[in-house]
Amino acid sequence: MTGIVGAIVEAWDELRIHKLRVLLALVGVACAVTAITSVTAVIAMLKQAAQEQSDRQSGRLVTLTVSAYPQEQAAATPADWDAAFTDLLTRYSITYASRDEWLQVPVRLPDGKQTVQFRTVDADLGTIDRIVPTAGRWFTDTDESAFGPTLVVNQSFLTSLGLTDLSSHPTVEIGDRAPVTAAIVGVIANDWPGAEPNAMVLYDQYHRWIGDDGSGIQSGGAPSEGGSTAASMNQQVPQVYLWVPTDQARPLTARIKQDMQSVAPGWQVDVQSNNHGDGGLGRATTYAGIGIGGLALLLGGLGLVNIALVTVRYRIREIGIRRSFGATSGRVFFGVLLESVVATIVAGLVGVTLSVAIIKNIPVDKLFGGGIQDMPPFPVSAAVVGMLCATAVGALAGIIPASFAVRVKVIDAIRY
Amino acid sequence: MSLLELTDVTRSVRLPDDRMLHILQGVTLSVGAGEHVAVVGRSGTGKSTLLNILGLLDAPTTGEYLLEGVPIGRLSNGTRTRRRGRDFGFVFQQFNLLPGRTALENVSAPLLYARGRQFWQRTRLATQMLERVGLGDRVDTMPDKLSGGEQQRVAIARALVRGPRVILADEPTGALDVETGGDVMDLLDEIASQSGAALVTITHDLAVAARAERQYRLTEGVLVPIRLDSGSDWVGDVPTLVADRSSAIERRLPDAEVDA
Repeated sequence: MTGIVGAIVEAWDELRIHKLRVLLALVGVACAVTAITSVTAVIAMLKQAAQEQSDRQSGRLVTLTVSAYPQEQAAATPADWDAAFTDLLTRYSITYASRDEWLQVPVRLPDGKQTVQFRTVDADLGTIDRIVPTAGRWFTDTDESAFGPTLVVNQSFLTSLGLTDLSSHPTVEIGDRAPVTAAIVGVIANDWPGAEPNAMVLYDQYHRWIGDDGSGIQSGGAPSEGGSTAASMNQQVPQVYLWVPTDQARPLTARIKQDMQSVAPGWQVDVQSNNHGDGGLGRATTYAGIGIGGLALLLGGLGLVNIALVTVRYRIREIGIRRSFGATSGRVFFGVLLESVVATIVAGLVGVTLSVAIIKNIPVDKLFGGGIQDMPPFPVSAAVVGMLCATAVGALAGIIPASFAVRVKVIDAIRY
Repeated sequence: MSLLELTDVTRSVRLPDDRMLHILQGVTLSVGAGEHVAVVGRSGTGKSTLLNILGLLDAPTTGEYLLEGVPIGRLSNGTRTRRRGRDFGFVFQQFNLLPGRTALENVSAPLLYARGRQFWQRTRLATQMLERVGLGDRVDTMPDKLSGGEQQRVAIARALVRGPRVILADEPTGALDVETGGDVMDLLDEIASQSGAALVTITHDLAVAARAERQYRLTEGVLVPIRLDSGSDWVGDVPTLVADRSSAIERRLPDAEVDA
């Protein structure tokens, strides 16, 4: 115990006394640790940005998409599709799920009635697809029971209303023969420049207020005259998105397919996963990061070895004196090694701190295009990698001068 | 049983031209606990080699060295090193203080290799030892701010802080003026006798050697007992050499010869 504490005290004293030398030796190591830590952190952010981009396109990992289509013309539309969807959530404890249906709905715009593409969705889609409105908000649970449909529209939709923002709490009439006034609560960016107006509405709201055929429903809930279920006309059921834990995705795929197939006789039910494994980008960036960081660390380590060797030569006499005090060769070896390790740990801390400061001040939006919705905190793994590398470099850089120090003959060293 | 006992010890090294250089030849010496022994001799006669062997910094080529009755050849390197730290205190001619460290840090340095109470209370013990050598007010002073005498007192405090059983002093006054050297030797004698440690002084200053209870002369690797009269003056006075086994007196320095 006293041996270890003594060696640490000795190493710390050595560093304290030779501050300038230590500082010079450690500049390279600190820079190397900053580089490797920053690169590791940037890779984590890059992966997060790529992941979020992927999430926006195909849902978070792992999203199972359940779709169905009739195998024959005469196949009846599954009447229990929605009920089966609800059952799935309970049976498999699925927290986030959404139905998704693409419809053409008449909308009264300032320049006349137009048919606009609508998506009927559940509020959870916002989480699954990482939908972030540019103005206003996404749907909430309270919208389900609101006294009128609420809409999240794209920028083109808002523009077609002659508006630039939601400050006027705009509404719009939707539906054909019995239009319903819908409140616009959120705006999302256009998918591409010049995109057509489109809107999203909650699935249950849509079917309650506008009806399956998009005609609008008279108050009281009765279908409007001439209205009939869109499903029966179009022979379609909404796609279902289910965000499930990665390790359960595979077994759930088969079970869900079986469950949904049972309520859709004569239909083909498909369940697809968006988990296609780590892409080449992830591996490439990881390897690039390791390469860059490793090179920086190698250069920093070489500088440290160089200075440590010179230092030990200057300290031969001191080592001899310490041997006369009873310092064993093991203790001398461990002491010199520990000096190097303690020094690089300090350099590692400095490097990681610098790295955190740099990463926290990176203009993420500019660097990663669309930016990151869930900005990952400074990755602990990056800090750990940085500290481990610093310690390893310290140990490796310390072995050479420590071996040299042990070989010093005490008598010669005292007279050196 | 003697504390240190050398019997017929030799130390030889091979020179680059393959000849053998015999530094010590048949040295026999016994040092008991609390004794003060001095070895005099000219430069290059093997005094430091003898001290290094006594202090376990070097090993005899032939002969036997018993440390408290145990042949040191039987001790492992690690044990020898630990016993060196525990049982021996070294005082060097050039002080050999650790640069960049205060007097206190220098004195506490050997305690970093101690165990138990000595390790954990090293600052207190070092402070006490500095006070004992009269440097209680210089504990935080760097060695380069201390006079030669003060530096040697720090070195003495450092040599004694672990409570060694033997103090090996290699020309302890060699880098000091005569008066300061006298003060340092007074201190060394006093502290060694108080602590009960044996003191082996190697010097070519006969006046320093004369303070010892027993004196030896080393000539070309051969150790011969002599007797020095302690009534000599420090300044300019030639001390009297008295042969150990005869009455022959030689007043020539430093080549004082002793008839057996």
